[in-house]
Amino acid sequence: MSVALTKPWIPLEQSAVAALPGQLGVFEIADEHREVSYIGFAGSKSLFGLRSELSEWLDRGSYFRVEVTTAYRTRHLELLMDHHRRCGCYPEQNSESELAGLGRLS
Amino acid sequence: MIVQMVRRFVREEIVPLELSLDPDTDQLPPDESERLKDMVKDMGLYGLGIPPEYGGPELDMVTMTLIAMEMSQHRAGLYAPCYGVFGGAGLAQLFEANEAQKEAYLYPTLRGEKRGFFGLTEPSGGSDPARAIQTKAVRDGDDWVINGGKIFISGADRADYGLVFARTSADKGRGGVTCFIVDTNTPGFHVRRVVHTLRSAHYATELQFEDMRVPHGNVLGEVNKGFAIANDRLSRQRIPYSAGCIGVAIKANELAVEYAQVRETFGAPLASRQSIQWMLVDNEIDIQQARWATLEAANLSDLGEPFRKQAAMAKLIASEGASRVVDRCMQIHGGYGVTKDFPFERWYREMRIRRIGEGPSEVQRHIIARDILGSSLR
Ligand SMILES: Cc1cc2nc3c(=O)[nH]c(=O)nc-3n(C[C@H](O)[C@H](O)[C@H](O)COP(=O)(O)OP(=O)(O)OC[C@H]3O[C@@H](n4cnc5c(N)ncnc54)[C@H](O)[C@@H]3O)c2cc1C
Repeated sequence: MSVALTKPWIPLEQSAVAALPGQLGVFEIADEHREVSYIGFAGSKSLFGLRSELSEWLDRGSYFRVEVTTAYRTRHLELLMDHHRRCGCYPEQNSESELAGLGRLS
Repeated sequence: MIVQMVRRFVREEIVPLELSLDPDTDQLPPDESERLKDMVKDMGLYGLGIPPEYGGPELDMVTMTLIAMEMSQHRAGLYAPCYGVFGGAGLAQLFEANEAQKEAYLYPTLRGEKRGFFGLTEPSGGSDPARAIQTKAVRDGDDWVINGGKIFISGADRADYGLVFARTSADKGRGGVTCFIVDTNTPGFHVRRVVHTLRSAHYATELQFEDMRVPHGNVLGEVNKGFAIANDRLSRQRIPYSAGCIGVAIKANELAVEYAQVRETFGAPLASRQSIQWMLVDNEIDIQQARWATLEAANLSDLGEPFRKQAAMAKLIASEGASRVVDRCMQIHGGYGVTKDFPFERWYREMRIRRIGEGPSEVQRHIIARDILGSSLR
């Protein structure tokens, strides 16, 4: 069973990010080969939700995709665990502190 | 005295720290968590839930209940009271384990080295698990082979082991269920997904067991008598569970009383309006009723008297009453009440689960009715 994000990738450009909603949710950043390099979330502390979070990533990836959800914390952890289940590793740009105490799916 | 220490700790350490955290988090940054754990240890209050014979402090159930009412008085308090810095107590059923099982699971859990989960509910139903359990365990030599699945299991993805209830005889009711201690690294044990709910803290998971081999030595208690273990745990748990609801209601009401006195509309404070006063009065009544019912159940448990009916009543009154209190406080705060700038929206979501988890309201009424009418009632 896969719980992965399956939305189409969008080029990570200023105009696309500016068009994003200011809602809470999760997002993935990918490199030019569409390999996921970061999984993040826009939580209630983000000023403009997904739009502000993604604008921090403009120079650090080639593609992105988002999912609007108020359960952003549990969905974020689930996406990280699912990535590990499928790839055997975590996305290279996620820091140690984001991965601390993470569970596992199998 | 202890209750006041905990109250001060929550108000001076947890509440201010929480302002800087994501409103939906259930974890403290590791350095803050360690700092606060050290403080709690210095206060002599670490491991409050551990029974005295296992090294915990000598506290009666009434005091534990009063402490639990304090520990939940912050945003994450309902499901992550004080973010766990008072230490865990382990799964209550493990106190019934044999010595080898205690060595392998209970003591490491009490030392904070291992975590467990409680796996009872299945997709086929949680209110009446004795009849609903479809997960099967079949004896094969010195092992049992388990096939099936569980749903809504909190914390299984981070656990080292869990208690899994499975059907071991043709008996369709409570007589045919056995409790197994299962290591989560056992081949055939799978955590398939996170089950997203209204709850921000401690998400639930869905489990699948595929030809999972568990040694006979990992049967907890006796074969076909696992349901008594589950039931005992559920009854006892209802007391602190109710206390957690009451703590949140007290804090929500405190915020609403303050706000009603400073927020002005139509030229006067909200508190001067009778309709607002009556909301605050109803809050007070709901809180008092829940407090009395919960403390009565705790007191009976301390006296060694039957408390199943009283614990069910406490759970019913506290979870339903606290839900009403949080709802009224949200109303008094108007638009701010539903923002993530205030804790009400999280309490509102998470409190809704309290009327379902640990036996839904209807099941509590069923237990009370059975007590009144006799156990022949099914
Ligand atoms: C966030 C969360 C975490 C959980 N964590 C755990 C966990 O860690 N471990 C675990 O084992 N379980 C866990 N549960 C499961 C929980 O205990 C069950 O959801 C609960 O027991 C109800 O079971 P059900 O959802 O299958 O509802 P059902 O049993 O299908 O009942 C549906 C509804 O019908 C009502 N009902 C049932 N019987 C009657 C009747 N005779 N008369 C009138 N009404 C009736 C119920 O009250 C309920 O409202 C968790 C649930 C949630 C939501």
